[in-house]
Amino acid sequence: MTARRLSQGGRIDRTKPLPFTWHGTAMTGFAGDTVASALLANGVKIVGRSFKYHRARGIFGAWVEEPNGILDLEYNGAHDPNARATTVQLQAGMAARGVNARPDVDRDIYRGIDLLNRFLPAGFYYKTFFPNWHRYEPRIRAMAGLGRLRGDTDARHFENRSALADVLVVGAGPAGLAAARAASSAGLSVILADDRAEIGGSLLWNDATIDGYAGIDWAAHALVNSGVRILSRTTVFGAYDDGAFGLLECRATAPTGWAEDRLWTVRARQTILAPGAIERPLVFPHNDRPGVMLAAAALNYLRQYGVLVGDEVVVATNNDSAYATALALREAGATVTLADVRPALPDVAHAAQSVGIRVLANSVVLNTVGSGGVRLVDIGPADAASPRDATMRVPASVVATSGGFSPAVHLHSQSRGKLRWDESRAAFLPAGTVANQHFVAADTLAEAIAQGHGAGIAAATALGRTVTIAPPTTPTAPQADPIRPYWCVPIKGVRQWLDLQNDVTVKDVRLAARENYSSVEHLKRYTTLGMATDQGKTSNVNGLALLATATGQTIPQVGTTTFRPPYTPVTLGALAGMRHGALYAPWRHLPAHAEHAALNADMREYGNWWRPACYKRPGETAADAIQREAAAARRSAGLFDGSSLGKIIVDGPDAAAFLNLMYYNEVANLKPGRLRYVLLLRENGVVYDDGVVARIGPGRYQLSPSSSHTAGVLAMLEAWHQTEYPSLRVALHDVTSAWATFALSGPDSRNLLAPMTDIELTALPHMAFADGTILGIAGRIARVSFTGERSYEISVPASYGPSLWRALLQTDATPYGIESLSVLRAEKGYILIGTDTDGMTLPDDLGISGPLRAKKVDFVGKRSLTTPDALRLDRRQFVGLLPLDPHAVPHVGSHAIERTATGVRSLGWVTSACHSPALGRSIALGMIERGRALIESGGEVELFHLGKTSRAKIVSPVFYDAAGEKLHG
Amino acid sequence: MLSIPCPWCGPRDEPEFLFGGEPAVRPVPAADVTDAAWADYLYFRDNDKGPHAEIWCHAAGCGQWFVMRRDTATHAILSVRKPGEPA
Ligand SMILES: [Zn+2]
Repeated sequence: MTARRLSQGGRIDRTKPLPFTWHGTAMTGFAGDTVASALLANGVKIVGRSFKYHRARGIFGAWVEEPNGILDLEYNGAHDPNARATTVQLQAGMAARGVNARPDVDRDIYRGIDLLNRFLPAGFYYKTFFPNWHRYEPRIRAMAGLGRLRGDTDARHFENRSALADVLVVGAGPAGLAAARAASSAGLSVILADDRAEIGGSLLWNDATIDGYAGIDWAAHALVNSGVRILSRTTVFGAYDDGAFGLLECRATAPTGWAEDRLWTVRARQTILAPGAIERPLVFPHNDRPGVMLAAAALNYLRQYGVLVGDEVVVATNNDSAYATALALREAGATVTLADVRPALPDVAHAAQSVGIRVLANSVVLNTVGSGGVRLVDIGPADAASPRDATMRVPASVVATSGGFSPAVHLHSQSRGKLRWDESRAAFLPAGTVANQHFVAADTLAEAIAQGHGAGIAAATALGRTVTIAPPTTPTAPQADPIRPYWCVPIKGVRQWLDLQNDVTVKDVRLAARENYSSVEHLKRYTTLGMATDQGKTSNVNGLALLATATGQTIPQVGTTTFRPPYTPVTLGALAGMRHGALYAPWRHLPAHAEHAALNADMREYGNWWRPACYKRPGETAADAIQREAAAARRSAGLFDGSSLGKIIVDGPDAAAFLNLMYYNEVANLKPGRLRYVLLLRENGVVYDDGVVARIGPGRYQLSPSSSHTAGVLAMLEAWHQTEYPSLRVALHDVTSAWATFALSGPDSRNLLAPMTDIELTALPHMAFADGTILGIAGRIARVSFTGERSYEISVPASYGPSLWRALLQTDATPYGIESLSVLRAEKGYILIGTDTDGMTLPDDLGISGPLRAKKVDFVGKRSLTTPDALRLDRRQFVGLLPLDPHAVPHVGSHAIERTATGVRSLGWVTSACHSPALGRSIALGMIERGRALIESGGEVELFHLGKTSRAKIVSPVFYDAAGEKLHG
Repeated sequence: MLSIPCPWCGPRDEPEFLFGGEPAVRPVPAADVTDAAWADYLYFRDNDKGPHAEIWCHAAGCGQWFVMRRDTATHAILSVRKPGEPA
């Protein structure tokens, strides 16, 4: 009553049994099986529950067209919650389960939902649950859907590859093989990609003779010594610009593990598309019962896997192809009844009748009966008006059906190729050609070989080469009788299924048409036809043909929906490749990284840099360490590794003129040996970066952008130089990694540093630098401060960084990390770009307006500072905030609010906040509307965060040493 | 994924490049420009369907900016030139 494995036949290896489990039950398959063929061979009928109605579903197809066989698969610790049973090669030890069912597919507790189907038509969820979808979504989602993630990290290994080829051939069936063979004979580099494990395509299950050999033997030898690079188990899933294609190689037997997918990007000068065709079913009442399957799939299971899908089979067709299935099943011992909707029997029927197959013309399946699978099949006239018009009831466990073939035009269509409806083949075929592409859409083996070879010649000719071999030969086959398009049985009131994965019926399409969803794109979205993971490979053409009927249009008038990549699902891990974790972006390490590690620094990621956040002592929390380090820098001296701070050299006779065009501040009048704090604006006036500019000589500057902005600043300056001011003679280069830079900061800094250098520190005022030696190493000392204390920045070649750090540590200066620096700078009201500023902040908002008034020359962003918006009086301005509760540190992001008659309005927000060791209380910085006026008037604001409010006084952002005596002293 | 002919390096894959948008002519002297004209320069682009001039930077290669004419409907690359070269 179920499918069974035959004792011989098929391309499986019976000497290699593979144990696996299905819902915990032990079963055995063979090497060469897919999970689907192994399940069928073990008599499994129900493999899943449908998405919407939880109806029992069985294996329907044999390859990528499969709508039902979506399984939860575990193997070697790897987990795939939505594995496609028909394409996964069986491995020993696999554990498979059906999805969308509890506790299992045979006893699914949700199966009763199907009784409600009358109340769940297309659009039901839209009509019923909107606009309050968010309330119902959790429970609806719990019932629907396919597999469930385990929630752990995918430990599998994925990678990306790129390749170039003269010719990419898609599909290794007879056409693709003939094409690759021809193109390679012309001396071209050829990549042949095919999604199956074995090449040959339809030759794996169809009878054929080519060049005197059995088809599959010819396939195995056609490319020997040809130099063609064969990528098997590789799906070409997407066509992109300029001959680029996306390929997913599924390495089922990868030595390092299971299903470790590899994503290829292949760019080819010429492409030959020989993807074959996908069978679509006839649509008839109760055609979703387990046991209903595609006729080609039934043949495939027999010939490839030695599985007889049933001992009593009804074949339902509208074309000649299914007769091959009927004949093969009969030869394997099955009882076969063939219902052909065509009014007269075709020539091929005589061969079927002669081996004992009952063949019925003008006949179709009017009903299937059976619990958990087909048991009885009613057959009646093709124009029946009711299931009661059945003329016979046949016992059968399988209905093998063919409604014709749809060539896989996906890649052609993705390449913007047009399609046309071919009446004689009842299929969409390419209309016209795509540049550098050749499509093979053959109907017979002889055509496939001829067209494939011809495509090889066309590709070679386009590349100026000559094919040197003759095409393969195959005996002439008898002319097939024409297909009769037949889209569903003209019976109403019984469910006839179109899209098995998304549970779309003929009635749903009619409903959509009645509700005026007459465009195929609307139909798709309203009914979800073709929107499942199989992308409607077996249902789209039937659906749009029915839409055409329901709306009184022709199929060409309805047209198809747009084909978009990917052709089949692509593993997200394969897209990411190795770009995750530590390899996502390069990590940068400070020259003295090992020294920080030796101090037990709390290393964290800032931009791409690993930097010490603070240096925790035993028993200390990070917060404690930050307070201690910040206090030490103010009390005596602190030592900070600032090596990640950017260093860009600007060289050339026009360096001063160029930088003056770039920076907000005047830099041309800067004297050699001096530094200046500067802002860099975008052309829209917004502050992009702040930093320090050092003038090294008349035509040489060094810029120090923020650590995380160095690359961006360099790119911005390059862009302006190259595109707007190419005549200015300057060169820019980033020397950040060439230097180690340490800041010694605090009242004791000068005394600690003086014995170590020949530079006269007392002669070095704030914002000046000098070159000299430090412990004998040639370097530079700059007096510049990010803490508000007297500070010296000591730079030496990066290779001396570790030893200089160790020497500076010997001075008893307290090492402090970037979080401690953040406290010190907040006490001084020094801004942190991107923290205290955002994409709307103009220089005047920060209280820096001098350059706009004083600087006469134009600079980037200048004009934007005098627009009406820039001059608005109610702009948010940078202020300090003193919480009325000195122990409470406000949350960064808290809004300052104003209560009005109609509600609450935001005046701005807190951008930085901390406990200040210098003040012994909490402080904050923020951007507040009309902030400077509030400082003058001593105003207060109400702060709001997650429903809680507090109050703060608006003050100057400089909380500590407002006169700058510590800085300059 | 376009294959972009960098005028210095030759054809390279699109991920090596940075898109800079439509080239906008900076009005000078900027101080004399009306607010409306400045806003037009900053924010308004033609976004043509069909032939379209764009600036691109071969960021992961030679680092140079160039002008590329491209058909936004077909993605066909029509021409590339270095900045300052005649169109
Ligand atoms: Zn380049």
